[in-house]
This record gives sequence, C-alpha cells and structure tokens, in this order.
Amino acid sequence: MASLKTTFAGIECINPFWLASAPPTNCGEQIMRAFDAGWGGAVWKTIGEPITNVSSRYSSVDWAGQRMMGLNNIELISDRPIEVNLAEIAEVKRRYPKHAVIASLMVESRRDVWHEMVKRAEDAGSDGLELNFGCPHGMSERGMGSAVGQVPEYAQMITEWVKEVACTPVLVKLTPNITDIRVVARAAKLGGADALSAINTINSITGIDLDTFTPRPNVDGKSSHGGYCGPAVKPIALNMVQSVMADPASALPMSAIGGIGTWRDAAEFLLVGAGTVQVCTAVMHYGYRIVEDMIDGLSQWMDEKGFATLDDFRGLSLPRVTEWKHLNLNYKIVAQIDESLCIGCDLCHIACWDGAHQCIHTDRVTGPVDGHVEVHRKPMEAVHATMNSIAVTRIPKMDPPAVSPGLYKAPLARIPRVDETECVGCNLCSLVCPVEDCITMKEVPAGLAPETWEERTAKLGIVEQC
Amino acid sequence: MVEANRCLNCFDAPCTAACPTHIDVPRFIKKIASGNVAGSARSILEANVLAGSCARVCPVEVLCEGSCVMHHRAEKPIMIGRLQRYAMDNFYERGLQIPVRQRPELPLRVACIGGGPASLACAAELRQAGVQVTVFDKRDLAGGLNTYGVAEYKLRVSESLREVEAIQATGVEILQREVGCEDLAAFEREFDAIFLGVGLGEMHRLRIPGGETGVMDALDLIAGYKTGEILSVGRTVAVIGCGNTAIDAAVASKRLGADEVHIVYRRGPEEMSAFGFEYEHALQEGVKFLWWRQPIALEAGTLICAATSINEAGDLVVGDMRTELAAEVVVPAIGQSPLAEWLSSVKGIQFAKGRVVVDRATGATSHAKYFAGGDCVNGGREVVDAVADGKRAARGITAALGVMEVAHG
Ligand SMILES: Cc1cc2nc3c(=O)[nH]c(=O)nc-3n(C[C@H](O)[C@H](O)[C@H](O)COP(=O)(O)OP(=O)(O)OC[C@H]3O[C@@H](n4cnc5c(N)ncnc54)[C@H](O)[C@@H]3O)c2cc1C
Ligand SMILES: Cc1cc2nc3c(=O)[nH]c(=O)nc-3n(C[C@H](O)[C@H](O)[C@H](O)COP(=O)(O)O)c2cc1C
Ligand code: SF4
Ligand code: SF4
Ligand code: SF4
Repeated sequence: MASLKTTFAGIECINPFWLASAPPTNCGEQIMRAFDAGWGGAVWKTIGEPITNVSSRYSSVDWAGQRMMGLNNIELISDRPIEVNLAEIAEVKRRYPKHAVIASLMVESRRDVWHEMVKRAEDAGSDGLELNFGCPHGMSERGMGSAVGQVPEYAQMITEWVKEVACTPVLVKLTPNITDIRVVARAAKLGGADALSAINTINSITGIDLDTFTPRPNVDGKSSHGGYCGPAVKPIALNMVQSVMADPASALPMSAIGGIGTWRDAAEFLLVGAGTVQVCTAVMHYGYRIVEDMIDGLSQWMDEKGFATLDDFRGLSLPRVTEWKHLNLNYKIVAQIDESLCIGCDLCHIACWDGAHQCIHTDRVTGPVDGHVEVHRKPMEAVHATMNSIAVTRIPKMDPPAVSPGLYKAPLARIPRVDETECVGCNLCSLVCPVEDCITMKEVPAGLAPETWEERTAKLGIVEQC
Repeated sequence: MVEANRCLNCFDAPCTAACPTHIDVPRFIKKIASGNVAGSARSILEANVLAGSCARVCPVEVLCEGSCVMHHRAEKPIMIGRLQRYAMDNFYERGLQIPVRQRPELPLRVACIGGGPASLACAAELRQAGVQVTVFDKRDLAGGLNTYGVAEYKLRVSESLREVEAIQATGVEILQREVGCEDLAAFEREFDAIFLGVGLGEMHRLRIPGGETGVMDALDLIAGYKTGEILSVGRTVAVIGCGNTAIDAAVASKRLGADEVHIVYRRGPEEMSAFGFEYEHALQEGVKFLWWRQPIALEAGTLICAATSINEAGDLVVGDMRTELAAEVVVPAIGQSPLAEWLSSVKGIQFAKGRVVVDRATGATSHAKYFAGGDCVNGGREVVDAVADGKRAARGITAALGVMEVAHG
C-alpha cells in the first residue's frame, strides 16, 4: 500500500490533505472533527484583529443544473478574538499532536505588530505560519491582504519581518489577482519564505439579480467585489502553481489550493510539484467526509502506478509543459467515431460545422462524398428536410412494426462520419460528444520527422541566408 | 429544471422529427432551462396550437420520447411531455395570448367543418396567414374529441376549452351549427376553400341478441363522464373490444364507481390495438381482461361469451365453450364508423375504405375546393396527427389560393 506520509517544508504530515484557511477551519471544535474524518492538516481561519462580517456573504455560479460550480465570498478574516483562536490552537495540538496545524495570519503592516503576532501563534503551538497576502476584499482597504500580495516589495518586507522572529516554517499565500504570480512568489522567496501556498480567491462578481439589478451576494441592496473559488478556478490554479514551480527563482515547497475536491485534482497538483493540497469549497459543499475518498483514491492510484511515496511522482508533469514553439508541428491526429457507441445526437456534426472545420457529415445513408465542404448537405438543409417530413403516430394495429434495428443502436442516418482528409485534429467533437470514448482521436503517421515552430523558422532563416 | 438541463440539445433532433407537428423540442426545453418559459410556450405554439392538450394526451412513448437518444445510452428519455405541459400550463395560467404574425388581412374566406383538433389547427394556421376563417361544429362545445372523447384523467373539458378560446382570440370565428349535405352548395359559393375536419361517426353497434337494452355507447359514456352528465354506471360493466377507446371507457366506468369492469376481447393480448402503457394503466385501475372471448348474447345482466381461437388457416373461429359474465352494462368499443353517408354527399371527393383520400403534404382532396384532415382522413389516429393534418392543409390552402408564405415571428 502506498504511503501518503510527507514532510512539507519540515512539517511532518500524515497525509497531504489540508483544510484551507476558511470557514471549515473557523474553530477548534470543527478542526478536531475534520481530523477525525481523516484530514492531515488544517490552516486556521486567518487570525488578526477581529472584524465584523456582513450578511449575506456568499454567492455561487450554478451550471447546467449543478450547484456551486464556483463560489464567491465577501467574508473577511476571523471574527473571533485572537486569544480565543490561539487557546483553541493549543487545545487542538494537545489532542492531535500528529496533525499539522498552521496559523494563518494577517495583521497591520507594522513590524512590531507582526513580530508580536508570530510569537503568540508559535507559543500556542502551531506547526507553521501562513501569511495571508491574498484576501481580495475588505482587508485591502486596511492595507492588508491582496494590497500586500500585489506589491512585491511589501510582500518581501513583511516576509522578512516574520522570518526575523519565526521558529516554524513560514508559508506565503499568494493572490492570483496579479498579472504574473511569479513576481510575488520571487519576492517571498527573497524575503526568506520557507514555502508558498496558492491560490487565494480570484476577484469576482458572480452575477446580477435581474429583478433588483443588485449583484450577488446582496447586502441590503448593494454588493461588493468578492473572491471566487471552487471547481471553476481549478484550471487557473493549476496553471499558476505550474508556472511558479517551473520557475527556479520562485519555486519553494508548494501547498496547492484552488478547486480541489477529489483525489484526481490532488494528484494533478502533485504532478505539477505541489507538496500538499488545501481544500475549502468542496468541504463547504459536502463536508469533511470527502477526504475519505481523497485518501483512498489517491492510494489506489499510486498502487496501480507503482508509486510508493508522494515523492515518486511529485513534479512528473512539469517537464511536459513547454512553450508552444517547442511543440511538434508534424504530429497529426484525426477524429474517429465508434458507430457502436454513437447515440445519434449529431452534436459533433453541428460543432464541427459551426465551430470547427466543416468535416463531420451526416451522409452515411446518402453516400459519402469526399471533397470540398460545399458538396455536402449543410446543417440547415437537414433541419428543413425534417421539418417538412410527414410523421405519424404509430398505431400497433394500423402500422407495420417500426423499422428493424440496424447494425448500431442509433439509426445509420444519424451516425455522423468524419472526413479524415479535412479534419484538423482540434478535439472539439470529442469534447462535445456526450458518450464516453465514442469519439477518439487517432494518430495518423505524417511520414515526416518531428519539427517544431522554432526549428522550422530557424531552417527558413538559413534558407533565406543562402 | 433539472430535467430540462438533462436534455442534450441534439442537432436536427430525432424527437422533433418524430413529432407529427415537428415541435422544436430542444429549443423549447432549453428555453425552460434558461428561465424563458413564456418564450418556450410561444415556440411550441408556433408548431402546434393545441400543444396544451397534446402535452396531456399524446402517446409520447411512441412519439418524441420514444425516439429520444437517451434510449441509446440506456437512460430514461427526457420527459418531453411533462416539460411541454409545464410550459403550456404556465402560458395559460398567466393569461398569455397566442402571438399573431404581422401580416395583411386577406379578402379570402375559408370554412372549416367540424370543430375538432384538425379544424382548429387548420383555422389557426390560416388566421396566421391573414385568411378569414369560420369553424362550424354541431356540438354544444367546440374541441371535438378533445372536449368529448379523450379520457378525463388526461384532459379535462376546461383544458380543451381554454385552447379553443385562445384560438378564437386570434380571430377565428366559431359557430355552433351542424353543416348538412344540403348546405354544401351554398358553402362552395360563399367560401374560397372548405376544410373537412369532421372526424369519425358513431361507434359500431354490437349486434347480439338481447343487445337492445343494457348497452351504452363507449363515446357517450366517456363524454358523459367528462362533462359530468353521467354520474354512475352499473356495478358490473363489460367493455367489448381492446383499443384505446375501450381502455378509456373501462377506466371511466371504474371511476364512476363500478366494482367489476371487464374488457372482453376476441383475440389475445398480442393483437390488442391499445398502446402498451394504456393497457398497464387499465391494470393499475383494477380493470380485468378476458381474452379470447366473443360476446354472443346478453340476458338480464349476464353477458354470454363464446371462446374463440385461431384455426390452422389463421382465421378466428368461435368454439363451443361458453362463459357467463355479470354485466349490468355492456359497452361496445369496437371502433368508430366513418361518416360515410355525409361525406359521400360531397360531390367530387374520392373515398377509400371510408376515408377521404388526400394528398398527404397539402390535404388536397380530388375536389379543388375541398381539403381534409384528421380522423376522417387517417381513419382515426391521435390528436397530434389531426393537428399536423390541419396545419399541412392550411398551407395547402394558402398555396392553392396564391397567398405568399409569411415569415415566422
Ligand atoms: C375515446 C377516445 C379516446 C381518445 N384518446 C386519445 C388520446 O388519449 N390521445 C390522442 O392523441 N388521441 C386520442 N383519441 C383520438 C383523438 O381524439 C382524435 O384522433 C382527434 O380528436 C381527431 O380530431 P378530428 O378533428 O379529426 O376529429 P374530432 O375530434 O372527432 O372532431 C370532429 C368534430 O366535427 C364535428 N362534426 C362532425 N360532423 C359535423 C357536421 N356535419 N357539422 C358540424 N360539425 C360536425 C364533431 O362534432 C366533432 O366535434 C381518442 C379518441 C377517442 C374516441
Ligand atoms: C468563505 C471563504 C472564506 C475564506 N476566508 C479565507 C481566509 O480567511 N483566509 C485565507 O487565507 N483564505 C480564505 N479563503 C480562501 C480559501 O482558503 C482558498 O484559498 C480558496 O477558497 C480556494 O480554494 P477552494 O477552491 O478549495 O475553495 C476563504 C474562502 C472562502 C470561500
Ligand atoms: S477534430 Fe475538429 S476538425 Fe476534426 S472532426 Fe472533430 S471538430 Fe472537426
Ligand atoms: S456527438 Fe457522439 S454520440 Fe453524438 S452523434 Fe456525434 S459521435 Fe454520435
Ligand atoms: S432526443 Fe432527447 S436529448 Fe435529444 S433533443 Fe430530444 S429530448 Fe433532448
């Protein structure tokens, strides 16, 4: 059985699954329940001078009937007194000595205030400190949060202040609300940070109520810019974590955050170099229990792949991300439809016609005609034919039984055909097809040696010189 | 909403192709999903003015839902009928009106004889083209079998009538008047075209000894139950025949309080003309089925049936075995007879097997002035088929009268 144990910037972890600093880590009682459920660590809800929150605080983006594809919040840091939070940290550490408890901190940008806060958090027994330079709302107005995270000089300076007194590892939590996240990552590294965590929430307005014209969440007729997280932000987080980890001047042990909800998400972040992962929205949606399958699924997958420890595969995908100019231009794939799986929805047909290269046709019955697109029946001609057809209700006694089922489950006339000579291998049809594995992309040997854009332009350069 | 999202939004969708009126199913479903319920109903009405009743009475299992691609991935088909009902109920509950296309009023007059689904659909479509239409129906209320026939649990009289009113509101004139054979000559002079949507005639009579009393026509029973004119049947009822009408009559009897309701059919379950789901429904209502029996006499509340079988030549033969069945009321439901006599009085119209012969695409009969559709043409199918016939005939009429096609919207 694979081991999920790991050491993150010197912090011993029973597994890489941490709760992110957010409502699921508001208080000790919650965190102890989370540890019982299997979480390996928790980053305490950001501690600082207590604030007052508004109601309401959250809004979400639902998509095609699924709730909370993305979550938005205008909540601030902890609204509980510092000493209450610290006393509870001590309590949790006493009862759960093997679990990682990280204190997330955000205080006024003054050296003495930071020194004082760091000492108190460490005295309480926290295993590490996470500096919250990311909160995109509310705190910036007070010179904290992303106001610090967006200015590399401030981020470096505060990290240095903290490092002057800190005995435990210091993580800097990065805000994604910046053009190049590596700039602040580099500053944190220069400031002496031991590790990074990324990403915090992304500036957002999730939507506007079309009756009241007020954006959500509505606070007495007004709203404010919030922070976006949940499944929708995972691709953005993955991109940012990858770019930090691929940059030697930025790379540090990384606690990855953003849209993680399953062991698959976690594995992906580990593959781009993360040491641990943090989860917020998925727990807010389903509760602490989700960690059970994260642990189980990840171990199972590692066993199947023959990875004994997390280090065996950490960062394996990093070298596989490259610049576009290094991609092989002579690699060619084409779409292939598995007729036996096709259900005849013709979504691939209209996607290729309206959104790609007009090379999926519904002409299996009329007879395929290879060649220029113009000779094929256009999509609207098919629709007109349908609308002008005469259909009747089949009455058992009056009508012969329905046409006998053909070779495939869908009628042949509705199973589209790919003109492989015209297909550019863009993947679109395989992405829209509602049936798993029905459209696959098959490599067709180009008969040419691999050649990248860089190589091709270099060669042309030589030709021009001749 | 969840269901509306489940629809894949197929291109050139097979459900749309299977609908006789070609309602653009994914279009109206996605409008429900986007929260545009009124737009959804309007897009449905564009294809089918009787969409409210169709959403209730259509045998969707053999129509749109039967051809939904979800079957091919071993999933339940999208509940198209339910979604359509949702959109249409919302439309009527909000008191919205059928949108009338922008077009000039034309000095053309068309008479639609019969006020059932076929005529109403034809009339509504003609109005959209600016034609002046008058519908004539001999019964107290218009709507044809939607009002008087289709089982009450599917479609209430009020639900049929609100559609009739909505069509009237587009400018269709509806007159309660029987058109006699003798009126036709005047009609031919007065109107530019005449649409025949007269449906079928009475139920076939049961010709057995003793069948003069204790027998009730299936259509009268269903209509009486629907309109509230009949409040009870006997304790024991025997319905003869096993089509969808027989099922409706048997279910209506149950609902009118009969203890024992039998459907007596001279063949086996494989041969019944009722849809499978109608049969299931009757079983659920507690209707009993007596297969391979043919009624031969009725004696004081007892129906005497003979056993039947198929001989080697494949013919149905009546055997010697007798069964007695308690039946205070016997309800023959062995098919409607065509209105042959009336229709044959229309000079110059061709008939075959009691049906008016038409060109399917235009509803044109062999007489240039007459068009026809619905049960009197197709021999008795479903409401949606009648609507589709009526709609095609309207287009046939406008084409024949030289009306330019009016763009939708
Ligand atoms: C008991 C029963 C249950 C049914 N259940 C269903 C169901 O669940 N689903 C479904 O889709 N279909 C069902 N049908 C079928 C459906 O009702 C018909 O297919 C449909 O109504 C046919 O429409 P139509 O306009 O052709 O005729 P009809 O609805 O029969 O309308 C004809 C109209 O013409 C009038 N008329 C006739 N002669 C004259 C005249 N000389 N002058 C003036 N008016 C005249 C009649 O009064 C009648 O109103 C059922 C039918 C029956 C009998
Ligand atoms: C309601 C809410 C409150 C949050 N509060 C904090 C906070 O106090 N400090 C902090 O560093 N991050 C805070 N976050 C950000 C999360 O820790 C995390 O970075 C972010 O939600 C992305 O992860 P996710 O996609 O798993 O939710 C908060 C997020 C939410 C939704
Ligand atoms: S891969 Fe792209 S171009 Fe090729 S068939 Fe699919 S959609 Fe069309
Ligand atoms: S999208 Fe997939 S299932 Fe639909 S028609 Fe194309 S190949 Fe078939
Ligand atoms: S066939 Fe089914 S999934 Fe496809 S558009 Fe029609 S209802 Fe939707």
